[in-house]
Amino acid sequence: MNGKLIASSSPHIRSGETISSIMRDVVIALLPATLAGVYFFRLRAVMVIFFAVLSAMITEAVIQKIRKQDVTLNDWSAVVTGLLLALNIPAAAPWWMPIVGSVFAIAVVKQMFGGLGNNFMNPALAARAMLLASWPVQMTTWLAPVGHTVTTTATPSVMASVGDAVTTATPLAIISGGEGAGNILPTLTDLFIGNIGGCIGETSALALIIGGIYLVYRGVITPRIPVIYIATVAVLTFGFGGFDPYFMTYQIFAGGLMLGAIYMATDYASSPVTPRGQIIFALGCGIITSIIRLYGGYPEGVSYAILLMNVASPLIDKYTGPRVFGEVK
Amino acid sequence: MNLFKNLTNGLFKENPIFFQLLGMCPTLAVTTSAINGMGMGLASTAVLVCSNAVISLLRKVVPSKIRIPIFIVVIATFVTIVGMTMEAYMSTLFNALGLFIPLIVVNCLILARAESYASKNGVVGSLFDGIGMGIGFTWALIVLGAVRELFGTGSVFGIDILGASFEPALIMILPPGAFLALGILLAINNVIKSKSA
Repeated sequence: MNGKLIASSSPHIRSGETISSIMRDVVIALLPATLAGVYFFRLRAVMVIFFAVLSAMITEAVIQKIRKQDVTLNDWSAVVTGLLLALNIPAAAPWWMPIVGSVFAIAVVKQMFGGLGNNFMNPALAARAMLLASWPVQMTTWLAPVGHTVTTTATPSVMASVGDAVTTATPLAIISGGEGAGNILPTLTDLFIGNIGGCIGETSALALIIGGIYLVYRGVITPRIPVIYIATVAVLTFGFGGFDPYFMTYQIFAGGLMLGAIYMATDYASSPVTPRGQIIFALGCGIITSIIRLYGGYPEGVSYAILLMNVASPLIDKYTGPRVFGEVK
Repeated sequence: MNLFKNLTNGLFKENPIFFQLLGMCPTLAVTTSAINGMGMGLASTAVLVCSNAVISLLRKVVPSKIRIPIFIVVIATFVTIVGMTMEAYMSTLFNALGLFIPLIVVNCLILARAESYASKNGVVGSLFDGIGMGIGFTWALIVLGAVRELFGTGSVFGIDILGASFEPALIMILPPGAFLALGILLAINNVIKSKSA
């Protein structure tokens, strides 16, 4: 500009990143896991994903219309919430459950607290916790993946609700006994690839890790939270699981740990901002998850661990904030 | 005119639950059904009306330094009477409400009315204030209980409304449902208030 100096207020350096580019990256990163879920659970998974994403988008648009705001459907955040929620629901869920969950996630958890960036919890996880508390039977009826040959121990009423499909138990439920007792534990390879019972998106650790590497490569997330979270669970399950490396590996790849650590715990709005805070956050998630898995009443504790640490995030941020230059204590 | 104002004050304009947010403990804990909400509301109303009247009568002889213990003794007396009466004649409701009947003693709504109204005003005014606040408390509890019962079991006052195909959302009759329902009702209430203002 003719060598003139232009005085303007900060920021002076802008990156090309926008909300929609970040959210689109998250959707792309979730695609392998989504496709794996569709492959293993077929049409039922497609139905759950379709209803969850569609109703999340409709809810977002309707609420923003009511609040007389600009409708921001094209920032993809509603799609991410709907997709994450769908991946957190068993494929055997009835059609209305993803809809109820999406409406709750967007309307109550996200928009009522001020919309994008103001949610105090991860909307998809909060909706999952709501669904689990409301309809415990439907939320823990696991469909066996296609080509899976495990004898079922499900009760007749549960069988009736999923029609001709075969139900099974999740590996973690088998380990912790109770409802899953009597089922054969799948092999580690099946567990890694995702040929097991579970929520649509949580079964395939492989697909989730591929998506996670893409997110780190694109700079959408730092590896800090996922790596520390998973490492904490690894150390604790190794130490308190009888120093058994097989048990430890199993705990890492089973359940929602990969999905939660990579995609949910890294949610910008509900995790701490400072690096030190993120380390504390991830440690806390790992400790709570391990405690629930090893000693708690539920076989899986990832969602509650992340929700609890979400609530603690403002406090963590408060105590880990860097000292302002020149500040006197 | 003034008495009428006392009565309607508690019903809408200064509703104990929707505007003053007083007495949240029984509000959240016992409203698992409309009938429980109504029972709790009426029991509290009975205590509130009686304690308001007695405290108003005593207001000139109570030394101000020890007024709170005296208020509590008066309230506790009426809570005991109401509790024993309910146990004798409505034992199912009494059992459903459980510990929350004796806990009416520490319901801050009742103490707040004693402190801020009955200890400064005449008997008749205090009586009407107690009735208004009590009914306001009761209808708010019934609404909250009805909403939770409707979504948590599909019925209201035990009458099936949503039909057999409705899958009840258990969360609504669990503690989180109380916070969800109350929060959403308060939000609706604020919308109505901001529209009319």
